[in-house]
Parts: sequence; C-alpha cells; structure tokens
Amino acid sequence: MFIISVFPFYWMIVGMTNSAVDVIKGKMTFGNQLIHNFITLNTSYNLGRILLNSIKVSGLTVIGTLIVASMAAYGFEIYSSKSREIVYGIILLTMMVPFAALMVPLFRLIVELKLLNTHAGVILPSIASVFIIFFFRQSFKSFPKEIIEAARVDGASEIRTFFSIVVPSMKSTYAAAAIFSFTTSWNSYLWPLIVLQTDNQKTMTLLISNLSSAYFPEYGVIMTAIVIATLPTLIIFFALQKYFVQGMTGAVKQ
Amino acid sequence: MVGNEAQTPLKSKNVSYERILNRYGWGFTFLALILLITFLFYPIIYSLYLSTMSSRGIVQKFVGLNNYLRLFNDQMFLIALKNTFTILIIQVPIMLFLALVLATILNDKSIKFRGVFRTGIFLPAVTSLVAYSVLFKMMFSLDGFINTSLINLHIIKEPVPWLLDPFWAKVTLIIAMTWRWTGYNMVFYLSGLQNIPYEIYESAEMDGANKIQQFFYITIPMLKPIIVFTTIMSTIGTLQLFDEPMNLSSGGVTASSIGPGNSLLTLSVYIYNLAFKYMPNFGYAAAVSYVIVFFAAILTVIQFKVAGEKN
Repeated sequence: MFIISVFPFYWMIVGMTNSAVDVIKGKMTFGNQLIHNFITLNTSYNLGRILLNSIKVSGLTVIGTLIVASMAAYGFEIYSSKSREIVYGIILLTMMVPFAALMVPLFRLIVELKLLNTHAGVILPSIASVFIIFFFRQSFKSFPKEIIEAARVDGASEIRTFFSIVVPSMKSTYAAAAIFSFTTSWNSYLWPLIVLQTDNQKTMTLLISNLSSAYFPEYGVIMTAIVIATLPTLIIFFALQKYFVQGMTGAVKQ
Repeated sequence: MVGNEAQTPLKSKNVSYERILNRYGWGFTFLALILLITFLFYPIIYSLYLSTMSSRGIVQKFVGLNNYLRLFNDQMFLIALKNTFTILIIQVPIMLFLALVLATILNDKSIKFRGVFRTGIFLPAVTSLVAYSVLFKMMFSLDGFINTSLINLHIIKEPVPWLLDPFWAKVTLIIAMTWRWTGYNMVFYLSGLQNIPYEIYESAEMDGANKIQQFFYITIPMLKPIIVFTTIMSTIGTLQLFDEPMNLSSGGVTASSIGPGNSLLTLSVYIYNLAFKYMPNFGYAAAVSYVIVFFAAILTVIQFKVAGEKN
C-alpha cells in the first residue's frame, strides 16, 4: 500500500525529466529532458504568468479567509446571542449543499457583477468559507474568556482585544486554517474553469487540464507542470505536517 | 451540536453594555454574513427559483415542475445518475474499509517506521484532483506504464483498454479515487483510534479474541461516529464528482463524450455541460443540481438513522 501511494510521486518526478515518448512507455529512470520540458512550458504556455495568477488567487483567498472567517467565528462564539445562534445553525446547514447546486446562479451573479474572467470573481465567493468559520469557532471555544474580560476591565477596545490579544495567541489555529485554505484554493478547478476564460487569467490546474486534453499531449511537459503544481502543497505538508493534518481533519476530533 | 451554551461570559447587569456587546457580535460577523448572503444564500434560493424556469439563451419562461418531470425521460441524465451511484456504491465502501484496516495496522505500536508509512499513505491527499487525474490518465493509457508493467510481469497478455472501454474506465476512476482519498480518511480513523483505551484490546486478547475479531467487535463499533462522518463526507463528495471524470476522459472539457460511451458522465459534469457547453439552459441545469441536493440530504439522513439504530 505504501509503495502504491508513493510510487506515482516518483513516477511524476522521473517523468518530468523525460520526453513524451518515454513517459508514455513508462520509462522508470531519469532522462535529460528536464530543461527542454521546462523551456517549452515557459515559452509556449506562459508558465510565469500562470504561476503568478495561481499565487495571487490563493494568496488573497487565504488572507481574506483568515480575516473574515476568524472574525465571524469570534463574533459567534464570544458575543453569543440567541439570534446569532440561529444564523450560525443555518450557515452550518449549508455545508450540506453541494457546490454543483450553486454554480449556475453563482455564474449569473458573477456576470451581473461584471466579475467574469477576473480573479476577484474566483476569490470573493470562496472567502467566507463555512468550514473554516466552524473550525475557528471550535478553537475559540477553548480560549480562556477571563483574558478577554481582563482586557475589557483594562479598557482595551473589543477590536483591539481581538487583534492584539486573541489573534497572536492562536497562531497554530491560524496556521492550520491557512494551510487548509491554501490547498483548497490552489487545487480548485471547477469554479476557476467557469470564471476564468482567457489564457492570461488562468491558473495552474487549468493549465494542466488544458495540456492533457490537447490532441497530441506532450507528456513530459505535462509531468513538469504537475510537479510544479504539486510542489507548494508538498513542501507545506512536509514543513508543517502537524498543522496540515490538524487543518484537514479539523474540528472533528472528539 | 450548535453549542447551546449561550450564557454570556459577562455577568454584567448593565443592559446598555450588553446591547453594545451585541452590536459587536454583529460587527464581527458582518463581513462574513454579507459574503455568505451574496455568494451562498442568494444562489441557493435563486437556483430553486431558476429550476422552475426554462431558459434558452436570454429568453426565460415559467414552466413550474416541468424541468423536474423532464428528468425522467432524459437519457443523458439517467446515465449520469446511474454512473454517479455505481461509483458511489462501489468506491466509498472499498476506500473506507481499506482506510480502516490501514489505520488499525498503523496504530499498532510494534510496527517499525509507522510514522513513515502514515506519511506515505497520506501523501496522495496533498495532490490536486486535476493533477492526479491527469497523472492516472497517463499511467493507464493503452501503451502506458500500467499495461507495459503488467505485460512485462506476465500478468496479462493483451493490454487492458483501461480508459477506452466503458467498464474499465469506471474501474480506472475507482482505482484513482481510492488512491487519492484512502490516506485522507485513514487520518480521521487514526485520530479516532487514539481515544480507544488500550486495555480493551488487552482484555479481549486475554479472552482469546484474535486480531480480526478485535477489529470487527471493538475497533469498528468504537469508531462508529467517525465512520459515519467519513461516510457522509465521501457520499457528498462523490455526488459532486467533477474534476476526476473530466480530466480522466480524453478531450477534457470540450469532449463530446465523457469517458467511452459517456461511462464517466457524472451529475456534476452533466450540470456543467447543460449550463456551459451545450446551448445554455440554466433552468434545467438548476433542476439537475437540486437532484444532487435531494440525494445528499436523503443519504445523510439514512446514514445517521442506520448509525443511530445500533446505538
């Protein structure tokens, strides 16, 4: 099982260094086509631009999500009131609604707002992530309320309390949420596919999909693109494994 | 579930102060609520309305439940429904059982390097759905790595038409999805296994229960809440299956058939085709999407019921 899980990773790294013919024949040793594949990707498919698009979309999504979702979770948890509990319940229920049910009206909305083919059109709908609001709220539950009260007694404003006392002391929660939000956004396909229509706006996942559906797919080039697209999440995973798994399994720990 | 511990942490009897705090409550949630209303609540309701309309291009007219009635005679829809459920019924149990077995094995403290094994098996969950689908498409092509290896190992004589035959295309999809998601689910089970006291296994061992009996009579019942959770998550995920079939089939987004003979056409792909590929009919696409909502709700309720009864 371990070998089956890990082997495709080895294969894609080897594939990155091989020509199209060798990749498809299943050559298992390193070749000398890496530079060639990389240059093709860069000159024919504008790799730099597309990578930048991906970084921009994911980066802004993460920043937006962390601010908006953590503030909302804080609002729900610390200033709990009956009416907000009802709202929160409804929000949680929407986790059951699959994205497929949203995409048609969401597309029309994006057209109305003139956000079609813009990165904002991809970013805005994903900022208020219900799952991440839920994740943050679960963590705020264990935040000692006495500290907040003490800050109030000392005359600190509510907003200052949040930003200079609560946020800095919840670093690991923020890290886990950031990783989850980043991987989701970095890997997303369906929504960017609908919103981003011209080549200069596209992201890495769209590029890979395009490359592979070509009439004569250049397998070595595709492998190179796949490795480049996988590398950021892979690095984050190895560097911050603890937070990564925490972010993925999130609030279900019992 | 939605915490009823609504007592405010403040014991202040000052009513106006409470009111100010309440305002802060709305203030902190304001941005999120605006975004959720715009990009979540409004689309959900709007698509329900849309599903009662027939829209061809820009012309729209009210058709009531006709869109829903039309589903029963729509061959493509029925194929998509059948494909989605075939994948759901076969893939999810295989994957979750495998994840459970792996978690049990890797929870055994006597196994060396179990950290390395865990990491390795979780690793596929790091890849993007598009990237791994394309990777599998290359590995399973007719003259690709899998066929070449199987022939070299003398397991098969003729290459298997993995992605060229309706049956094998589904098999490939199921293999690919199992590769991607087993480790992910395993992590949930591993964290659940931490909470089962080791003494239970010890006393079971003393009573003469073997490992397999322990697995079925201790591990599975103890992990039931997590098993239910992962089942629901996987069910909803599979009902929405889009990236994999789209990228495993040749031609991708522009292809006329998703997989050989539309064998990989799922409900989500069909909605995409209805709304963005064919002459757009948003109303009908919205109706199909409510079919997914319907099944997601029904299956979740059933899964909770099944789990509840045994308690």
